[in-house]
Amino acid sequence: MNLSRKWLKEFVQVDLGDHEFAEAMTLSGSKVEGTEDLGAEIENVVVGKVLSLVRHENSDHMWVCQVDVGEEAPVQIVTGAQNVQEGDLVPVAKDHSLLPGGVKIKKGKLRGVESRGMLCSLGELGLDTRDFPDAIMDGIWILHEDVKPGDDIRPIAGLDDHVVEFEITPNRPDCLSVIGLAREVAATFDLPLTLHTPVIKGCGGDIRNDVSIEITDGALCPRYTARLVRNVKIGPSPKWMRERLRASGVRPINNIVDITNYVMLEYGQPMHAFDFSCVEGGKIVVRTAREGESITTLDGNERKLNPSMLCICDVNKPVCVAGVMGGANSEIVGDTAMVLFESANFNGVSIRRTAMALGMRTDASARYEKGLDPANTIKAVERACELVELLGCGEVVDGVIDCVAGDLSPRVLKLEPERINALLGTDVCRCEMVRILEKLDFTVKGDDVIVPSWRADVEGMADLAEEVARFFGYNNIPVEAVAGSSSSGGYTPVQRLEMDLGTLCRSVGLSEIITYSFVSPSVCDKICLPADSPLRDMMKILNPLGEDTSVMRTTILPSMLEVLARNYKNRNKTAGLYEIGKLYFKADNGMAKEPRVLAMGVYGEGEDFFTMKGRVEAVLKALRIPEVSFKQETANPSYHPGRCAKVYAGDTEIGVLGQIHPVAAKNYGVDAPVYTAELSFEAIFACEVSVPLYKALPRFPAIERDLAVVCDKAIPAADLTACIKKHGGKLLQEAKLFDVYTGHHIPEGKKSMAFSLMLRAEDKTMTDAEADAVMKSVLAGLEKDLGAVIR
Amino acid sequence: MKEKLEKLLEEALAALNAAASPEELEQLRVKYLGKKGELTAILKQMGGLSAEERPIVGQVANRVRGEIENCISGMAATLEERAMQEKLIRETVDVTMPGKEYVMGHRHPMNIALAEVKDIFVGMGFTILEGPEVELSDYNFTKLNTEEGHPAREWSDTFYFAEDSSILLRTQTSPMQIRAMETMELPIRVLAPGRVYRKDEVDATHSPMFHQIEGLVVDKGITMASLKATLNAVVEKLYGEGTKTRFRPHHFPFTEPSCEMDVQCHECGGVGCRVCKGEGWIELLGAGMVHPKVLQGCGIDPEVYSGWAFGMGLERMAMRRFKISDLRLIFENDVRFLEQF
Repeated sequence: MNLSRKWLKEFVQVDLGDHEFAEAMTLSGSKVEGTEDLGAEIENVVVGKVLSLVRHENSDHMWVCQVDVGEEAPVQIVTGAQNVQEGDLVPVAKDHSLLPGGVKIKKGKLRGVESRGMLCSLGELGLDTRDFPDAIMDGIWILHEDVKPGDDIRPIAGLDDHVVEFEITPNRPDCLSVIGLAREVAATFDLPLTLHTPVIKGCGGDIRNDVSIEITDGALCPRYTARLVRNVKIGPSPKWMRERLRASGVRPINNIVDITNYVMLEYGQPMHAFDFSCVEGGKIVVRTAREGESITTLDGNERKLNPSMLCICDVNKPVCVAGVMGGANSEIVGDTAMVLFESANFNGVSIRRTAMALGMRTDASARYEKGLDPANTIKAVERACELVELLGCGEVVDGVIDCVAGDLSPRVLKLEPERINALLGTDVCRCEMVRILEKLDFTVKGDDVIVPSWRADVEGMADLAEEVARFFGYNNIPVEAVAGSSSSGGYTPVQRLEMDLGTLCRSVGLSEIITYSFVSPSVCDKICLPADSPLRDMMKILNPLGEDTSVMRTTILPSMLEVLARNYKNRNKTAGLYEIGKLYFKADNGMAKEPRVLAMGVYGEGEDFFTMKGRVEAVLKALRIPEVSFKQETANPSYHPGRCAKVYAGDTEIGVLGQIHPVAAKNYGVDAPVYTAELSFEAIFACEVSVPLYKALPRFPAIERDLAVVCDKAIPAADLTACIKKHGGKLLQEAKLFDVYTGHHIPEGKKSMAFSLMLRAEDKTMTDAEADAVMKSVLAGLEKDLGAVIR
Repeated sequence: MKEKLEKLLEEALAALNAAASPEELEQLRVKYLGKKGELTAILKQMGGLSAEERPIVGQVANRVRGEIENCISGMAATLEERAMQEKLIRETVDVTMPGKEYVMGHRHPMNIALAEVKDIFVGMGFTILEGPEVELSDYNFTKLNTEEGHPAREWSDTFYFAEDSSILLRTQTSPMQIRAMETMELPIRVLAPGRVYRKDEVDATHSPMFHQIEGLVVDKGITMASLKATLNAVVEKLYGEGTKTRFRPHHFPFTEPSCEMDVQCHECGGVGCRVCKGEGWIELLGAGMVHPKVLQGCGIDPEVYSGWAFGMGLERMAMRRFKISDLRLIFENDVRFLEQF
């Protein structure tokens, strides 16, 4: 809402500077977004009187003028304009003056003749003929106002105003008006508010003889008020009205249309004016559109209507989309003779939906959609008629048609000062509360508070508390510690694990990413999921922004791959990333199961299956996940069938890791190996051993023995290790693979695996003989179980 | 003989002091003190001395031996030290050469900001509450006093899963207020961070998914004054002691009275600059006293209990904190971006 400070002054005499004004209004709840000085771009431009003009000696179209600008001597100015005559009053941009758009005017010579400034057109002052209908665009602006040489042009042009832009919250549609804001201003600065009651002389007759109104749905139109004006003379509205409209961001059109806009700005009540001769049958029917109806609106567009849209109709057809925009078929035009003023109240939600469906949000609909005060219609239509008489542009027929379908009785609340103070933590006295409320036009009678009709947002004690707080000052509310019992707070074990997991991932070189929870359905194909994969059963957003963000992810892999691919495309040589994110699976009740997963992903030099596996092992070890094992996985369609492992903790599967299938990687535009891991957060949480128990340090020395065996290539290292451990018995503390060899001296289809074994007895120093016995048992076991023989 | 011994001592000390290495020192020791050494050679002649002379010469000989031995051990220490010095010099490295690289990952800036806020509230006795992102309209809107017909409920603003608009992607973390009040015992002090979704096209300041933090306190005697105190304390921890705040009236359907809290612009100190658009203040969060209708809807008697709640956008906070100019960077996850944090 743009508020002209000049207009405001009609209601409240407030003289503060822009900054102080804005600050105080913001703190009382009417947030100021900014203030514009309309004349800021114009400097040193005054009224000049053309004393003489003679033809330029070197030009056949320029004139050399002597201009009285209110100084001792006239100044000489050269102009190329042809509409200037001796004795004309014109705007003069003097030497060192400023015009809109940052134009600077300085004295100079035009074809050898000195010119000490410039005569200005409307356009050069940032105006047009809507602002001054008696002027022309292509020529100097000849002033017809009562002005004298030397006068500042800004007040004459209506540019001596400051316009304050307010952000009005949706609960306060009453503040989308000059009067509504004036009330807030008066309360903020504790100044008197001067309101005006419209007075209409009238011209006799009775509107009921010519007009009838029918409302078919009182819920959609709680009130419809109308008055009739005859003998209308369409013309421009006066300068003061045009200036105020302009300052408020509304373009002047003609007197009748300007009056409707003026009243909307002043009272916050949208108005519409119909050319009554175009209203067939003299009857207004407020009804929803019929199937197949359409209307050409004032902007010239044909609009298809549907039965959810409320329309103002005559006996045959719609003449207006209710609360949004009038129809071209009843537009006010030059020869309009009879005007019907509409001042109505409509259901806000219905208006908003209609405006949205038709793609035209207007000043009127923006006000209606917030829910307006039904009591305001009559005041507004009276004001419009008063302005008609004031402007002398028509005769107001006696009588008002006022159809009221809604309830207009005021809301009455209890004033409970103790509860208000208890809620705010203040000690405001009752009399101060009453003073604040009365300032806002609440009526206090005993303990009853009568809420003004325009304050539908005030429904209870808390709302009254807000009114009190706003003018007591939010910043004057004291600061006190939270009352009541103290609580210990803290993180839950799940939250701790999430934090720990993040720290561990970073310590193995991965950086955190955040990706969207929704993906494209095509990701299933990109990661090569089979047609019957349960992961394809994704929750569908019915109204997505686009296909790419239309389903909720059931796997985090595509999100990780997309980020890796973007980094790859951006030519980052390596990337190591992790995300702890949610997946979304359909649940029975239409809601979702939202388990968390940890995703890791890398590409780049030095990365292979085992670097990724090493990270997974390191993270799981740090979290003390017991009995971690890896099993070859050949059936995961997203992974390289020979380089993929399922990860287990004991018998619990906790995830998968491996190299992304080259086809999937290619689908993401990556032609380098990509390695990822996906681990279930919940499974890790279930396996985590939170309290480790101390085991005594060994008291006796260990014996280390190396062992190399030759076995079938297909036997996994894990099987060999398990076999060694099984046959090593209690004395074998550790068996580590340290070398794998194939080639020279090793038969085809075989491999040599070298292990380092550590043997130790808990209760004594082991002898070589005892160690030999263990090794013998291990070797025998390896041969028996796996056919592995010593090399 | 005495003279011979004195001469030997003089000669030996000179030679020893000139020794350049432990090896040379050993050779000299053998030369002078060894079984076939020069001192032994002289002492072998002692048999020809008289009984009176012998103890005197013996004394001299012992002194000579002692002095030579002292000199040897002294020189040994000197040489050892010198050798150490030389070794250390040989081992000198170019300390300006790069160290061995240990790759450490980086935390996402959004989560750095989130962790900071969480820690502050946990320290104030709050617990962290998490909840579903696929949410009921009832929780996201209706129970938050946002009735049917409210613009935020339109399909143009909110993502829906059900034709009857009953299930959606939560547009705010505020439904966690309802979930907390319905499931937790009073008094309540919770912080609920998480992902939220709105139908906004991606640009420098908008994203269809972003993060919010919700805070809620419900107990007997909870006041707007304590809301101010708590938020002021949080801001001082986030932005430093003495950071000024102000509270402005605002409107949210589920709080009454409602407010927005501004923090004095850190860039200009409140004078007005580009960062704060000349206002001197930067909007940080929205808050207010829990609406009596909301309390009632959760089965809490507003005549007995009161509460306050606040919500803030994390991305904007993180962007300001780290001077990130474009929201898209947050979700693009380019490693050159991530590695800066």
